Amino acid sequence: MSAQPAIIELQNVDKSFGPIDVLMDISLKVHAGEVLCLLGDNGAGKSTLIKTLCGVYTPTRGKMLMDGKEVHFARPRDAQEAGISTVHQFGGTFPLMSIGRSFFVGVEPTKGWGPFKRFDRKTANAIAVQAVQDFGITRIDDGDRLVGGLSGGERQSLAIARAVHFGARVLILDEPTAALGVKQASHVLRIVNEAKKRGLAVIFITHQVMHALAVGDHFAVLIRGRLAANFMKGEKSREEITDLMAGGEDMATLEAQIAGADTELHSPAHARAAAKP
Amino acid sequence: MDKIATLLRRPAAASILSLIGVLAVYVILGGVDLGQLFGAASWVNYAARIGIVAVPVGLLMISGEIDISIGAMIPAGAMTTAIISGHYGLPMIFGILGALVVGGLVGLFNGFLAVRTTVPTLIITLGTLVAMQGIVLAGSKLLTGAASVPLEAAPLAKALFGQLLFGGSHQVIILWWLLVALVFWFVMHQSKYGNWIFAIGGDRVSARNAGIPVDRITVLLFVLTSTSAAFVGMCHAIQFNSAQVSGGMNDIFNIIVSVVVGGVLLTGGFGSIPGVFVGTITFAIVNKGIDFTAIDRNWANLIIGLMLLIAVGMNETFRKKALSAAPKKRK
Ligand SMILES: Nc1ncnc2c1ncn2[C@@H]1O[C@H](COP(=O)(O)OP(=O)(O)OP(=O)(O)O)[C@@H](O)[C@H]1O
Ligand SMILES: [Mg+2]
Repeated sequence: MSAQPAIIELQNVDKSFGPIDVLMDISLKVHAGEVLCLLGDNGAGKSTLIKTLCGVYTPTRGKMLMDGKEVHFARPRDAQEAGISTVHQFGGTFPLMSIGRSFFVGVEPTKGWGPFKRFDRKTANAIAVQAVQDFGITRIDDGDRLVGGLSGGERQSLAIARAVHFGARVLILDEPTAALGVKQASHVLRIVNEAKKRGLAVIFITHQVMHALAVGDHFAVLIRGRLAANFMKGEKSREEITDLMAGGEDMATLEAQIAGADTELHSPAHARAAAKP
Repeated sequence: MDKIATLLRRPAAASILSLIGVLAVYVILGGVDLGQLFGAASWVNYAARIGIVAVPVGLLMISGEIDISIGAMIPAGAMTTAIISGHYGLPMIFGILGALVVGGLVGLFNGFLAVRTTVPTLIITLGTLVAMQGIVLAGSKLLTGAASVPLEAAPLAKALFGQLLFGGSHQVIILWWLLVALVFWFVMHQSKYGNWIFAIGGDRVSARNAGIPVDRITVLLFVLTSTSAAFVGMCHAIQFNSAQVSGGMNDIFNIIVSVVVGGVLLTGGFGSIPGVFVGTITFAIVNKGIDFTAIDRNWANLIIGLMLLIAVGMNETFRKKALSAAPKKRK
């Protein structure tokens, strides 16, 4: 497996915003045909890490390598050209644009010549609609429809379909299943598996243990900006992974706390407080 | 029925309805002779003056920004040309290029501040608006000792920027307006750059993440609005053989009203060049066409105010329609 250099690799990467250190000393490798599940509590630095990978941020310190060679992404376009495509946690679609136009933002198909190159609306619409339909959303059949008229999950599917369409080597998905129904979520997982079979490196962020366990080959856990664990499938039990995802806290303790809060709600002190006008 | 619904969903719909509404009011209440109105030059000349600026301002507003310094840039362009080629008597070409360079520089300044700071562009360009007024007035006093400068343009410059067409009263600037509208229509609705501008106005961060050079486009749009305003000023100085320091302040509101009536969303991300074009015509007809009616011209502002409110209301409704529209089988 490690005979070939990893598609993408971070070496001792730090990222700070002024005085705020968000990522500290991150070293990670993702190989072709591997799904890395990036886990961690809210605010652990997952989104910051993937934004560093896809050129939105530049690392404060440390190195980034692709195929063993050092790379520098000054802007998202550089990362795209290197074959990295990303679905960010928020946004990614444009409510007042048509499906076809939104799908191809930044990579518009054109026809015509020289300064008279025109946006090829027909092709754009056809490809976009096809991509979304392949995703199991067959309700969408008109590329001229505005994205804002779609449901949250449909918009998310559109963003993912776009990333899959343009992702040549690395596919990064930041909580792609957050807004999705059961059917669409399992579809995303299937897409992840397909991308993996095609030899892409996939980085997948999720808060759902089920989803992580279903597709992950490799798990990395961030706790307050540090890499707290980095292991392959089968090296840790399901319980251990769940605890790590909860930010290193014991799940059983958390459950006890939830139960505790519940009893407190029904305690006499609470009832009295609630009864006060 | 389906056709009408599709038509209504276009960003230009409200401006076309506004135009029809205004004409109806003028005919019914004002007893206007439409043939006479359409043959008149006054409103077309005026539409060209604000239209050349309204088109790039429309683009800028679709990208989610605004530029009100255009109000100072029209006199700035006029004064630059008149001072260089009138007061100092340098060849016309220097006066013309000078105006465009001044426009470009102010645009760069606005754009640079817009992408480097988090100050809203309304405030940034309010600053440059006031500052440029000061510079133009003080500069003119300093260099020429007057607030009004005469200019005798060379024949070629006069023919290109300041002649009356066919010896009538239509100004040549009308042709420039049509050209500007055509070029920008292509850029906005046919080329990929239009897609970029819509995306920037829709969601700046996502647009940047999608690889669009957001900052460069923003600066470029500010350069376009500012330069187009300086261009209009330059044309007017050549047309009327003189330039004044004042004048152009009303244009800010008139231009922005035209753009908004034209269906451009103040929050960005939505609008069209045909809409802005029709919006400009509508505005010009209300403002100048009222002279052809029996209505007292002081009512014009009331009509403009009402039209603005109605048009914005219609735009909102149409936009909601557009968002919720799930056209049934259009095959
Ligand atoms: N541009 C920024 N400037 C300053 N601090 C930032 C910036 N971006 C993120 N942070 C901080 O970095 C920390 C990590 O944020 P990040 O968005 O990476 O978390 P996350 O792991 O993706 O969380 P979630 O699960 O909620 O999406 C947070 O404390 C956040 O406040
Ligand atoms: Mg996040």
